[in-house]
Amino acid sequence: MKRFIYELTESWKIAAAQMRANKTRSMLTALGVIIGIVAVTLMGTAITGIQIGFDQSMAVLGDDVLYVDQQPWIRRDDWWNFRSRKKIQTEYAETLNRMIGANEKSNLLLAVPAASWFRTVKNGENVVNNVYILGTTSDFTAISTVDCAKGRFFNELESRGGTDVVVIGYDIADALFPSDDPINKSVLINGHPFKVIGVNTRQGTFLGLFSWDSMVAIPLTSFKRYFTAKSESEIRVKVKDKTKLAEAKDELIGYMRRVRALPPEKANDFAINEQQAFKSTLDPVKNSIAVAGLFITGLSLFVGAIGIMNITFVSVKERTKEIGTRKALGARRRTILLQFLIESTALCLVGGLIGLLIAYVVCMGTRAAFPSFPIQFSVGLVVTSMIVSVMTGLVSGFAPAWSASRLDPVTALRYE
Amino acid sequence: MLNTDTMRPRGPIVIDIENITKHYVMGEETVHALRGVTLQIHRNEYLAIMGPSGSGKSTLMNMLGCLDTPSSGRYEFNGKDVSSMDDDELAAIRNREIGFVFQTFNLLPRSTSLRNVELPLIYAGVDPETREERAAQTLRDVGLGERLHHKPNELSGGQRQRVAIARALVNNPSIILADEPTGNLDSKTGEEIMALLENLYQAGHTIILVTHEADIARHARRTVHLRDGLIESDATSAATELQTLAFT
Ligand SMILES: Nc1ncnc2c1ncn2[C@@H]1O[C@H](COP(=O)(O)OP(=O)(O)OP(=O)(O)O)[C@@H](O)[C@H]1O
Ligand SMILES: [Mg+2]
Repeated sequence: MKRFIYELTESWKIAAAQMRANKTRSMLTALGVIIGIVAVTLMGTAITGIQIGFDQSMAVLGDDVLYVDQQPWIRRDDWWNFRSRKKIQTEYAETLNRMIGANEKSNLLLAVPAASWFRTVKNGENVVNNVYILGTTSDFTAISTVDCAKGRFFNELESRGGTDVVVIGYDIADALFPSDDPINKSVLINGHPFKVIGVNTRQGTFLGLFSWDSMVAIPLTSFKRYFTAKSESEIRVKVKDKTKLAEAKDELIGYMRRVRALPPEKANDFAINEQQAFKSTLDPVKNSIAVAGLFITGLSLFVGAIGIMNITFVSVKERTKEIGTRKALGARRRTILLQFLIESTALCLVGGLIGLLIAYVVCMGTRAAFPSFPIQFSVGLVVTSMIVSVMTGLVSGFAPAWSASRLDPVTALRYE
Repeated sequence: MLNTDTMRPRGPIVIDIENITKHYVMGEETVHALRGVTLQIHRNEYLAIMGPSGSGKSTLMNMLGCLDTPSSGRYEFNGKDVSSMDDDELAAIRNREIGFVFQTFNLLPRSTSLRNVELPLIYAGVDPETREERAAQTLRDVGLGERLHHKPNELSGGQRQRVAIARALVNNPSIILADEPTGNLDSKTGEEIMALLENLYQAGHTIILVTHEADIARHARRTVHLRDGLIESDATSAATELQTLAFT
């Protein structure tokens, strides 16, 4: 064991000396690994970035919330069938809450109405078109995590009374109030003045869809007063226990059939949506992007590994006589194997470290240039790419190291 | 006449080979490098192996040094059967029992004298402090106390061979094998190296030397002549007899 440690330290010293003696050659070979590690690491950050952005967007939907809509989010058949269905009324929320209250063993917690429309929001010269206007009640805070960077969400009083107050998303605040504090300022939503009482914390706008950043929320009562005409409504229902989502869904379907007064023979004319539906549709797409991306970038690392293998073969050839001498002095096969494995690993490790550094700089640069692009440089990534570098070194060095360890001492000593 | 065999005080047998052969198959042809060599070498002998080029001197030397295994025959080293050992066992024997000195020195070019001499100790699992201490001491013993941190290209040929001898000695081996140790040196430096080997012999080491120069072989107490893979003659010099007589 002790001998192994001495041989190990010795091998590292030899590897370092070898690199110092052949600087140009080592750098050129390591370059292949550098490029490979940069490519793989950047792809890794992009993939984790996409994953995080995706999860953030999904978190806005909530994994414990069921959405009662006119149509399913993921449509499989004829769109017109769904189009002709009756709209979902915001009033259903109260009826549903009464039903939930009447059932002691209900798996549901609370129903909250949500109406929406895309409208223009203005503050003087600053205009944002097509803003998602959400009309809801103060109960909204109970089913969705609302995190205000400044100010607060509207309270029950404002909600019921239909006070003209608004909570705006981060990007909206940025666009309408580039230099001053929006709180207590007035904005015009489709021409109607609303007082800003809260600004949401930034979420990042990857996938755009569900981000709070480009959204505003107003009390439902006010919403109805100004924008009923073409608005879409849905009911969001929070479940008590997200592990019993299926039961909760069945219960909700039952209630909705009663609300819609559907006779048993008729099919549901509404849809219960949930986050999972999105996930299961998007996950395969996301995964194939990840696999394809890692495969393509992995190829560049593979090319780097071949370079390492080649240079290790050259090194073994050049130092055949040295190998013979070492064997004559008592180096065992394992010692020689270890020595060349460590040489190739050391090269890969140096390449990996430099590659990681470059990738880090590129990541920071990207983050500075495009703040909204979800790029993630994590400790896990550093550890993973170091492991990948070491593995590359071990795998690519194995064949040459093995052939070196098998050399016959006499033949090796005679080698010129 | 004195019967040298009975009068010489002999140490225990270190090397005992019997009817060793070695052949190389090269395509159609088979080269018989050794055709049946029988030899016994005792502790603290000083033996020279001589013979014309191609007679099998180096082949025999590699065999004695456990670098190579015989095609047939028996080889016992310190009473242990070597011909049946695997690579790693042979490596252990070479590490602890045998010190090699090569014609071309075979030093690691980028390592200092000290590191070169430490090498066998690393493979023996000696801890770093003891290693450095022993390597430095051995280098002082061969007269290189001033050159511990020089690299081979900063040393003269004679000094390089001294480093190589120190490396062969450092693990305190049973025998020292030197294949043409003066082959790459001028005659004056060669004589210095031979003087060093003589000192080692006087200090109790067992030395086996390959050479084709009679001047060099004269230093040894026993000379084995090879021809075409066979022992032609095996003679102990008169000087040795007188010397050993003087001791008894
Ligand atoms: N690896 C090998 N493959 C084939 N033939 C070999 C090999 N090693 C040695 N021989 C042959 O064996 C014979 C003996 O070689 P060896 O090297 O022992 O001679 P030598 O006595 O040391 O000669 P020299 O004085 O020139 O060094 C030679 O004919 C040589 O060609
Ligand atoms: Mg020879």
